[in-house]
Amino acid sequence: MNIMQQIQQEQMRTDIPTFKAGDTIKVHVRIIEGEKERIQVFQGTVLRVKRGTTNSTFLVRKISDGVGVERVFPLNSPFIEKVEVVTRGKVRQGRIYFLRKLRGKAARIKARTDWHKNN
Amino acid sequence: MKRTIGLIGKKLGMTSVFGDDGKFIPVTVIQAGPCPVIQKKVQEKDGYSAIQIGFDAMAGHRLNKPARGHQAKAGMGYYRKLMEFSPDNVDEYEPGQELSVEIFKPGDRIKLTGTSKGKGFAGVMKRWNFSGLPRTHGHEKVHRSPGAIGQCADPGKVFKGRKMPGRMGNKTVSYKNAEIISVRSRENVILVKGQVPGPKDGFVVLQKQD
Repeated sequence: MNIMQQIQQEQMRTDIPTFKAGDTIKVHVRIIEGEKERIQVFQGTVLRVKRGTTNSTFLVRKISDGVGVERVFPLNSPFIEKVEVVTRGKVRQGRIYFLRKLRGKAARIKARTDWHKNN
Repeated sequence: MKRTIGLIGKKLGMTSVFGDDGKFIPVTVIQAGPCPVIQKKVQEKDGYSAIQIGFDAMAGHRLNKPARGHQAKAGMGYYRKLMEFSPDNVDEYEPGQELSVEIFKPGDRIKLTGTSKGKGFAGVMKRWNFSGLPRTHGHEKVHRSPGAIGQCADPGKVFKGRKMPGRMGNKTVSYKNAEIISVRSRENVILVKGQVPGPKDGFVVLQKQD
């Protein structure tokens, strides 16, 4: 492994579970307000996972008080305390931006069952 | 200008790292040193005092005889790149001594010098950020041209220094206050915040600055 790869490898987090577009996840984010530090949970549907090395990000969308809220998280950020996968969704695209136009019943995503995997 | 103490390095590429405060920092990875002192210039003999350091080890038989003989005196192997530095404390360095990345520490501001990537013969839009001429309204074949380059019969010439097309890049570029993010002494690697002039595998000079 060359030095470039080694530096990148050190920055990557291995404790975050794998998830993909369509999954509903809970992101526990560390928020620093002045001196204090607290953890906020952002729960929503993953619209996309942008693959990369240290610069991977994922986009989570939720409906908050009837308003769609989207947030991009760096996958390897130290501000992410943990990520929980709530449900796995069955979608055909890797980037499900069409979900933005859908409301209510139309915006539902079927649950996916991975029979071959043991999760 | 005199170079203060520093190292010669090689640009390995760019990546990003998370800082101590969790912020995402773009960095350039530089393989810097170890640079052995090859020769010492002394006031009495050479008229100035400096140390000459080498970088990028190579096989001795690839050098010509005078260069080989010169480097053999220090007994530290053979190097592709030699460069002189004139620190205030020249007396503290001796031929055969080795300079490593440990002369820098994270948080230091340094001066970086590299050779920028050559862009070939470039037009004024690329080379001088001119706006070019309109796409439409009767303009034909002149969309990227500079437009007027001077006045009329008086002065009847184009003033010197006029920005024109020409060779772009492949020049020595220096800048100060490059921040060191981390120093990895085991691999002789330095991570500098932001960009560094030149291509991957290009030589760069890292200097201490006051």
